[in-house]
Amino acid sequence: MENTLYTITVFSENTVGLLGQITIIFTRRALNIETLSVSPSALKGIHKFTITVFTTPDVVEKVVKQIDKRVDILKAYYNTDDDLVHQEIALYKIATEKLLQQGSVEELIRKYHVRILEMNSDFVVLQKAGHYAETQQMFEELSDTVGVLQFIRSGRVAITKSKVERLSDMLDSLKKFE
Amino acid sequence: MKITGAKALIESMIHEGVDTIFGYPGGAIMPTFDALYDYDDKVNHILTRHEQGATHAAQGYARVSGKVGVCLVTSGPAATNAITGIADAMLDSTPLIVITGQVGAALLGTDAFQEIDVVGISQPITKWAYQIRRAEDIPWAVARAFYIARSGRPGPVVLDIAKNAQFQWFEYEYKPCTYIRSYIPVPEVNTTQIDEAVKLINSAKKPYALVGQGVVLSNAEAELKEFLEKADIPAAWTLLGASAMSYDFRLNKGFLGMHGNVSPNMKTNECDVLIAIGMRFDDRVTGDLNTYAKQAKIIHLDIDIAEINKNVKVVAPVLGSAKDTLPALTAKLNPAKHTEWIESFKVFDDQEFEKVIQREVYPTSGELTMGEVIHKISEATDNKAVVVTDVGQNQMMAARYSNYTQTRSLITSGGLGTMGFGLPAAMGAKMGAPERTVLMYSGDGGFQMTIQELGTIMQEQIGVKMIILNNHFLGMVRQWQEMFFEERYSFTKMKNPDFIAIAKAYGIDGSEISERADLDGAIADMLKDDKPYLLVANVEMKGMVYPMIPTGGSVTNILLGE
Repeated sequence: MENTLYTITVFSENTVGLLGQITIIFTRRALNIETLSVSPSALKGIHKFTITVFTTPDVVEKVVKQIDKRVDILKAYYNTDDDLVHQEIALYKIATEKLLQQGSVEELIRKYHVRILEMNSDFVVLQKAGHYAETQQMFEELSDTVGVLQFIRSGRVAITKSKVERLSDMLDSLKKFE
Repeated sequence: MKITGAKALIESMIHEGVDTIFGYPGGAIMPTFDALYDYDDKVNHILTRHEQGATHAAQGYARVSGKVGVCLVTSGPAATNAITGIADAMLDSTPLIVITGQVGAALLGTDAFQEIDVVGISQPITKWAYQIRRAEDIPWAVARAFYIARSGRPGPVVLDIAKNAQFQWFEYEYKPCTYIRSYIPVPEVNTTQIDEAVKLINSAKKPYALVGQGVVLSNAEAELKEFLEKADIPAAWTLLGASAMSYDFRLNKGFLGMHGNVSPNMKTNECDVLIAIGMRFDDRVTGDLNTYAKQAKIIHLDIDIAEINKNVKVVAPVLGSAKDTLPALTAKLNPAKHTEWIESFKVFDDQEFEKVIQREVYPTSGELTMGEVIHKISEATDNKAVVVTDVGQNQMMAARYSNYTQTRSLITSGGLGTMGFGLPAAMGAKMGAPERTVLMYSGDGGFQMTIQELGTIMQEQIGVKMIILNNHFLGMVRQWQEMFFEERYSFTKMKNPDFIAIAKAYGIDGSEISERADLDGAIADMLKDDKPYLLVANVEMKGMVYPMIPTGGSVTNILLGE
């Protein structure tokens, strides 16, 4: 079966050791996590993990069930790119001298919708938000032309297009037990 | 009231109904053991001879009684020694709480003496693992631990308690845990799922049920019987589902899996509707999944949604506790009769009797066999004993040739297959069911893995009836070497000690037999009172467990021996 890129979203309580509990589920199946992003969610005290992984529908379903089974996990689910609005952010550090030699900074900014975060006589830090392919294309172009001193890309963050807000619905349904 | 963390830990456990603890003291848990000294009247602490023994004893205790088994050990090597039992409890869904001492919070992460990352190590093999660093977290953590260990699909919980938290004084108040918002232990019964399953069962011509430990864990034995009887459904059991049905129940068709009975395996690939109840389609049950029950519509009753479609794709999942889902199904089932279908099992049963059982259980010549020893002992105990096994040939033989009339009567390491489980688990089982006869079957190999627990049996005078089926081999491995490795008996032959002399050194009575004529007398001697006893039965060296479905083979590809 062909591998697809899945985005797994996990909502958890904010307790110590949860990341470890989640990652061992991947390790056990020799699955490589492509990207990972963790942050507090919109709901107070609840953390959100966004994990991307290349795998089959069968495996992703089992992995998500195993994650969801952990006691401190509120909800875990998965989507493919079609269901999501998703974004990554990349930073590029370039020697100022090289960038200026190259010629038009304006062209670069227009083409890639780049923001300049820092600029001094030694280096410039550019920021680009986009899908993986977009930030990667800019990285490759800069590498081939002016060279990139440092490059970093964040894990994916994603929002579902669905009208159903799964976590809020679940929390509502739990109220009767409280 | 202000008390120390150590005292709070014990008070909290008493609040949860704990009256028996299996443990072993050491540096980082000493404050708690010191507090325990004053609870002699409320808590019976059993000092095992090794922490692994403590965990298996607590497992045996839990599995026979349905209560949570509790272990109390120190940090570092004690915690790592406990790991095997924790993993075993995870795979066999046993409610177990292991409390490990830990170095003081200030020393955490410094590679302090006997410091190990217990939470990190145990996370993959526990339902929950938590480190307590402050005394005020103790009541909360203990309450949560018991709730998690015993609710839903049970399992092990580790509480790692820093030494400073045991010493600290704090205002103690206990509140049991009844709800965790991120944890839904028992899914609600879904009427749509029930209706879907009922429709399939009502239209089935050859319905067939597979009974797993879920029935036992949810105390749904009576509900199971009603369900099967109403629609006249034959049923077979997994290793951990053994004794959920009485052996003489009309619809009990026997043991599933690699060394199970012939008809239950054959019929898996013949039924039209397969109803799996609280079982997880382990590979030892299914064999080759590509040929497993392909003709059947499969209904799966389970409390754990992660088990649905894990190994076998099912058409009708029924989530919930068997205690709830079985009666919900029964209420809507049409009464039915499947006489012809049920009778069709017999031809395979006859075949198995003739080819396997006759030779194993009723031999008239040759050396003593494992099967005849087990069969005789089962009869001598009116089929009422708790049977605890080790792992290997002794386990499969004991499962096959013991008859069960009461639930919770086979305590065995199913998922992890832990050699050395038998002896300590039997001690725990006897503590959990003191009124019952507890038999322990082991091989000569497995017995020596936890043989030190004879010391515990001596000290506590635990009336376990120990039977070593001694073939001077690691028998199951030898069997595989004979069958699949050209009889190359690589490191499976064992030179054994004088087991009776060892037992005697521990003040335990026993006898050793090699002749058929001596068997009845030895059994009678073993069962004459409620004291611990060791019976060493020297059985044929190259005994084989048949039937056998070779690993990865189809459930219909059953070998019956020569």
